[in-house]
Amino acid sequence: MSDWIEIGTLNDIPKLGARVVTAKENDIAVFRTAEDKIFAVKDECPHKQGPLSQGIVHGNKVACPLHDWKIQLDSGVAVAPDEGCTATYPIKMEGDKIMLSLVPNEGCPNN
Amino acid sequence: MKEKLVVIGNGMAGMRTVEELLKIAPDLYEITVFGEEPYGNYNRIMLSPVLAGEKTIDEIMLNDLQWYDDNNIKLEKGKKIVDIDRKARTVTADDGTTAEYDRLLIATGSKPFIIPLPGHDLPGVIAFRDIADVDKMLDAAQNKKNAIVIGGGLLGLEAANGLMQQGMNVKVVHIMDTLMERQLDEPAAKMLRKSLEERGMQFLMGAQTESIQGDGKVEKVCFKDGSSVDADIVVMAVGIRPNIELAEKVGIHCERGIVVNDTMQTFDPRVYSVGECVQHRNETYGLVAPLFEMGKVCANHLAQYGIGRYEGSVTSTKLKVTGIDLFSAGNFTGDENTESLVFQDAAQGVYRKLIVQDNKIKGTVMYGDTIDGTWYFDLMRDGTDITDFRSTILFGQAHLGDSGHGDDNRVVAMSDSAEICGCNGVCKGDIVNAITEKKLFTLDDVRAHTKASSSCGSCTALVEALIAHTVGGDYSVAPHLKPMCQCTEHTHDEIRKAIRDNELKSIPAAQKFLEWKTPDGCPKCRTAMNYYMVCQWPDLHSADDSQSRFINERAHANIQKDGTYSVIPRMWGGGTTPTELRAIADVADKFKVKTVHVTGGQRIGLYGLKKDELPVIWKDLNDAGMVSGHAYGKALRTVKTCVGKEWCRFGTQDSTHMGIELEKLSWGSWMPHKFKMAASGCPRNCAEATIKDFGVVCVDSGYELHVGGNGGIKVRATDFLCAVTTEEEVLEYSAAYMQLYREEAHYLERTAPWIERVGLTHIKDNIVDNAENRKALAERFIYSQKFMQDDPWEARAKGAEQHEFTAIKQLNA
Ligand code: SRM
Ligand SMILES: Cc1cc2nc3c(=O)[nH]c(=O)nc-3n(C[C@H](O)[C@H](O)[C@H](O)COP(=O)(O)OP(=O)(O)OC[C@H]3O[C@@H](n4cnc5c(N)ncnc54)[C@H](O)[C@@H]3O)c2cc1C
Ligand code: SF4
Ligand code: FES
Repeated sequence: MSDWIEIGTLNDIPKLGARVVTAKENDIAVFRTAEDKIFAVKDECPHKQGPLSQGIVHGNKVACPLHDWKIQLDSGVAVAPDEGCTATYPIKMEGDKIMLSLVPNEGCPNN
Repeated sequence: MKEKLVVIGNGMAGMRTVEELLKIAPDLYEITVFGEEPYGNYNRIMLSPVLAGEKTIDEIMLNDLQWYDDNNIKLEKGKKIVDIDRKARTVTADDGTTAEYDRLLIATGSKPFIIPLPGHDLPGVIAFRDIADVDKMLDAAQNKKNAIVIGGGLLGLEAANGLMQQGMNVKVVHIMDTLMERQLDEPAAKMLRKSLEERGMQFLMGAQTESIQGDGKVEKVCFKDGSSVDADIVVMAVGIRPNIELAEKVGIHCERGIVVNDTMQTFDPRVYSVGECVQHRNETYGLVAPLFEMGKVCANHLAQYGIGRYEGSVTSTKLKVTGIDLFSAGNFTGDENTESLVFQDAAQGVYRKLIVQDNKIKGTVMYGDTIDGTWYFDLMRDGTDITDFRSTILFGQAHLGDSGHGDDNRVVAMSDSAEICGCNGVCKGDIVNAITEKKLFTLDDVRAHTKASSSCGSCTALVEALIAHTVGGDYSVAPHLKPMCQCTEHTHDEIRKAIRDNELKSIPAAQKFLEWKTPDGCPKCRTAMNYYMVCQWPDLHSADDSQSRFINERAHANIQKDGTYSVIPRMWGGGTTPTELRAIADVADKFKVKTVHVTGGQRIGLYGLKKDELPVIWKDLNDAGMVSGHAYGKALRTVKTCVGKEWCRFGTQDSTHMGIELEKLSWGSWMPHKFKMAASGCPRNCAEATIKDFGVVCVDSGYELHVGGNGGIKVRATDFLCAVTTEEEVLEYSAAYMQLYREEAHYLERTAPWIERVGLTHIKDNIVDNAENRKALAERFIYSQKFMQDDPWEARAKGAEQHEFTAIKQLNA
């Protein structure tokens, strides 16, 4: 299994906001929802690679800042009728600490 | 165990309701559908083009059998429900099949009315309602010659046209003297008749049919005056009656239709009804747009959300005869309290009539060129005061500055590869395919699936024309004022009023108060409400939620296609200095800026900057005395000026100074949309003040003030507001005007559409004719500016909101 990396605490991310983890392969956007759920998604929209971290978070979705596609944060899949998906990454909380794994979840071919 | 939903009627309204239900509550019910007709669900509207040979039955299927399978819906096709036991909650079909229900939806549509003339039951008398009828007509057209259509309304004419296309000799028998008297006035009806006659259709007007005669089949139609005509088939298209036979039989309260309340519930709370069979607030409907609205509301209640009410619809009509354009809506005849505006060009075959009462449109009839039908319809529905453009309204919206797109017929003539949406590169073929394959009916659907018309919107009329042409009918109808977004039923105006009247000081507070349907809204409503909060509570810092701002306004820079940002510092009135230019040059060198561009707004833009560098760049610019240009915001953008009296041989006033003063007054202000100004030194107007949101043209005697211009997607020249004599007055009037716009316009509505919606008179009443009100507005603007004129760059350069500009963790190793 993958190694967990501590990336920060819950309070480092604004509610309904996102922060970026810069990694070697690509940037990873880490989101916090209204209910304090945390999701990590490759910071690239399946449409034209817009930086999802810059979008507006609502429910469990983010609206891409470039052309307003909505991406589901849990699965990385675009909300229909748009089609496509972006990789998601495992996250776990240890108390207040956010732990991220750099091995993407299975499911989206667009790793 | 899942609850059981039984639907009686496999038609357009019933299946639309099921589709809406599946969208919001896919797993709630086990669904069984009974349909008397032996097919899936098809687009009844398109029977006319099928009859005319322009479409095939396959092309008009909306939900094929596979769809029912895929959605786990049990379809009992070819089975007519003959009884309902409301106590035991079961239904029984004519073949003995039974089903239990927890909830029942009756969507039995209507029945064609057959006049009970002697001979009405002879073989060869056909209605025009379903596929079986069309088959009979097509069959007759194979080897028979003479068709009589009784009824000169919409259906009758479409039937007659179809039969004519199939090669039959067609006579239309109509009891009235004019065609389509329920949709058209006399002049339009005459023009219609003329062009149908030119195509070979014949008419017997004012004719009273007495009997249909024949030996074992139709042979002729006889009239009260003793005359008769030969007939191989007779198509009766004299009207429809809500199909309430079953409901009546089982004791569900009916009048003309099955009586329902605003939630589409009948008098039996377990039984719902939608479609042509219902009577709602005393109205029955015979067009699909209202039925779809009903379906949406009904699905919401079936899904147990309990939000949404159907409040009735205003409908409009189009005739689906290729090559003939007519449009009618509302009260098109008028009465003693109304006036009519008429435009008629018989040679061109164009006729337009608007019925107007108190300067509001009450109805319209159009013939020949109907491209503005939707526009008139919107003006009518919104109750817009047309005083300001009354004298030109008949020439259509193109006259108000549309960059000009063609009419319905032009769309039909376009090739499949013709580009319709320039922003997203969507061609006609893509749109037509999406409409047919994905069964799209509304503009919103087409936008979602193809992106056509979802950006700048200038191709909206073309897309609407394509929808109308491809699926028929007019789907642009919305029954009431538009809700702000899908998260709420409320309109922009209602939401603003609630925020103000109930002192709601945060977005969550307003959402809670207004019973939002989604937990934290969507980008549309959050950005709009954030503006409304900032505008209403300028002195309350906490009212502004940065997570509800679009990224550009959150990061105070404009995001680019590659995720980098642009930086455009303010250059007051378009002026600059060597020091500023040096500072910009230094920044460009230091940060290896890829592009330096003189913008369309008289200043210099730096492009391709990384987000984490922004605060440092801003610091360097701040140090040289420059502040944010807000090129990224729904905010005051630029004030363009010309050099004016100081240098120009024609200059009448110091336009440069005027512009700088305007910019000093207004910079930093957040607006419903971007706001641009200009000041020109004379009427030669080198600063293009007459296409700005607020423009000043200097003249010898002072300053002319112009409002509501736009140089963007749809060019609109300004309206002249008034002339004033001093700089102080210019500032006061502009402040008052900006505040009125800030307080009244809908979010993302620029001044040009805002003025077209509320009318110039309204602006003048508030600003020119009412000095006290003007002063109050200006004061509110200046008060709000006390809190807005903090350079957002400076704060961030000094460390505010650092989290926005830095990574949470860098793992670059
Ligand atoms: C930078 C600039 C082009 C340039 O390099 O010259 C520009 C760039 C953009 N314009 Fe513009 N417009 C620029 C001057 C104009 C002008 C000319 C003017 O202001 O005199 C117009 C026509 C005048 C008008 O607005 O009436 C103009 C009409 C538009 C429109 C159409 C607005 C409309 O109401 O029809 C849009 C789209 C929108 O706002 O929805 C738009 C949108 C945009 C956006 C914001 C698109 C976007 O969201 O990314 C572009 C941002 C690029 C960026 O990163 O900054 N831009 N844009 C100009 C900035 C001027 C400045 O100094 O602030
Ligand atoms: C030729 C034609 C052209 C038209 N053009 C337009 C147009 O341009 N624009 C527009 O807006 N509208 C148009 N309309 C009207 C539009 O088609 C109707 O408003 C719409 O189809 C009504 O939908 P509905 O579901 O209420 O009824 P229907 O679509 O008629 O569906 C009712 C279904 O219920 C079935 N049924 C009835 N009783 C029972 C029972 N007891 N058991 C089982 N099944 C039962 C019927 O067989 C039928 O299939 C047109 C209609 C026709 C016929
Ligand atoms: S800068 Fe303006 S005109 Fe140029 S591409 Fe962008 S939006 Fe279009
Ligand atoms: S890049 Fe995300 S919507 Fe286009």
